[in-house]
Amino acid sequence: MNSTWRILVVDDEVAMRESLAAWLREDGYVVDGAASGREAVEMARATPYDIYFLDLKMPPGIGGIETMIEIRKLQPEATVVIITAYATVDTAINALKEGAQEYMVKPCNPEEISLFVKRTIEVKNLQRENQYLRQKLTRHYTFQDIISKNAAMHAIFDLIKEVASQRSTVLIQGASGTGKELVARALHEAGGRAARPFVGVSCAALAETLLESELFGHEKGAFTGATARKRGKFEVAGGGSIFLDEIGDISPKLQMDLLRVLQERRFFRLGGTEEIPMEARIIAATNRNLQEAVEKGDFREDLFYRLNVINIRLPSLCDRREDIPLLVNHFIERLAVEAGKQVRDVSKPALKLLMDHDWPGNVRELENTIERAIVTARGETLDVADFDFLAQAPRGGAKWNAPDGMSLAEIEKHAVESVLDRTGGNIKLAAEILGVDRSTLYAMVRRHNIPR
Amino acid sequence: MLIGVLPVEGAAAADIDALEAFVARHYACATRRLPPLAMPPDAYDEHRSQHDATTLLKAALAVRTADLDRLLVVTDRDIFIPMLTFIFGQAQVDGPAALLSLARLRQEFYGMPARHELMLERARKEIVHELGHTFGLVHCADKQCAMALSINVTNIDIKRDALCGACARNLADRLEAMAG
Repeated sequence: MNSTWRILVVDDEVAMRESLAAWLREDGYVVDGAASGREAVEMARATPYDIYFLDLKMPPGIGGIETMIEIRKLQPEATVVIITAYATVDTAINALKEGAQEYMVKPCNPEEISLFVKRTIEVKNLQRENQYLRQKLTRHYTFQDIISKNAAMHAIFDLIKEVASQRSTVLIQGASGTGKELVARALHEAGGRAARPFVGVSCAALAETLLESELFGHEKGAFTGATARKRGKFEVAGGGSIFLDEIGDISPKLQMDLLRVLQERRFFRLGGTEEIPMEARIIAATNRNLQEAVEKGDFREDLFYRLNVINIRLPSLCDRREDIPLLVNHFIERLAVEAGKQVRDVSKPALKLLMDHDWPGNVRELENTIERAIVTARGETLDVADFDFLAQAPRGGAKWNAPDGMSLAEIEKHAVESVLDRTGGNIKLAAEILGVDRSTLYAMVRRHNIPR
Repeated sequence: MLIGVLPVEGAAAADIDALEAFVARHYACATRRLPPLAMPPDAYDEHRSQHDATTLLKAALAVRTADLDRLLVVTDRDIFIPMLTFIFGQAQVDGPAALLSLARLRQEFYGMPARHELMLERARKEIVHELGHTFGLVHCADKQCAMALSINVTNIDIKRDALCGACARNLADRLEAMAG
């Protein structure tokens, strides 16, 4: 992994510069040379380096200390080593006072320089990891994690702040990949329940009886295989929040049970007689049109109104295209670290390509696309060629005609069947290809009675 | 593949013979012995009583012919680069030539009784190391691999005169790419 670290050797003596650079390259680092302080500053401005070796005296022009000060203005976190053949206590003190991490007198022992570079890289690796983990923490579990400059999204942020501390049930509606769970987490984190559990349940991923036991828990012997008492998600959530994803896919019996919990705010474990109070806040989400399901008689109207006390409707990515550059940068920053790649940016033509794309799988699809591009990228900047795979998809811009007389539901069924067929029934892979999460795909499989 | 072996004046012919035979065996390739190279006068640094590796390597590259895939230069003198007090050898990653000094591989250098066979054993390890760089290999974290960085003879003595599995596979890929 040394090839991801960049070192600049700055010395006016060509032999000194080239031989040290060659020696460091043997360790696998990417090493460049600069003949003067000015050249070094220009190079640092163009592409930052992780470690700078600066000769103290470089006539004519700016010397090592001045070069270091200029570089620090551009890159406060850079490691700078001042090297000199004419060591005095004064120059050493001055170099360290101005911010050099190390002061080396040439010629120095190979062991000294080798150990210094190794330790510096170890520290930088830890700093990089630490910075990433900190960002991950704040981004994933706080309201600010949702990145947007779209007006409709900002109205949602205001609503979240307003209702976060209330107990009212929230119904989040939006297409797959629009960030329903992120909004649910934001509601939890921004309110007074943040210190208590946030429990997520994907209602579509589980069979009816399993879901029942998952939500309400069960007593020992309640059914075959119930060898011990188990607490359900409502109980585990305590005074926190319970997130019921894909609520539109639950069975009529569970709709009834859930309605009862919402009305009475208490429940029983399966096979149990002890009444347990329900203190958690319910946040439900669905990618289905629940009003339509109510009209068709697929979803209980009374439950719909109980759930829909506060309604949050998330726009699709197509309706907030101005967020694409922000999201792309955010994903690059996060995913490049995870993938251990040195990708930092996206080219203008590539960004235009992403802005023009349809994104039926919304933000999740955009995230998967960036991840795939990073994994195969060779340079520091993602370019159009890195997104070639987008053009291979049938929606890549070529005009697509819906088969005559086929409803949207039928098209969805055919799409799911065909992808599952291609993946040999592998749900995880099929969900990735379709740009939906697994629970959504399970729901589709069940909805369309697709044999597996 | 053809590897040229270029002794610098002063190196014992018998040692060079032994090391050349090792190179031919290790890489299963042809070798060509070049006439000894006179040490360039400007390579000597009076102040340090050592020879400048970069100047020596430049002089060696001037006598390299185009049919040589790699050039191994062997000197008996102590060598340095300006930033470091000494080096055992020098090679450019993916470059055409590698330089090895036998001076600090000798026990006598450290005030101990001579052990000629030990010196040759260390030289074999460092040849695999320096030529490895010319084939694009970088330092390896496996301390027993010939590509591990050595900053003293103890480090060299821990190493084997062969590559670890990962470096060997890497070298095989690079040699295959060179051949193809």
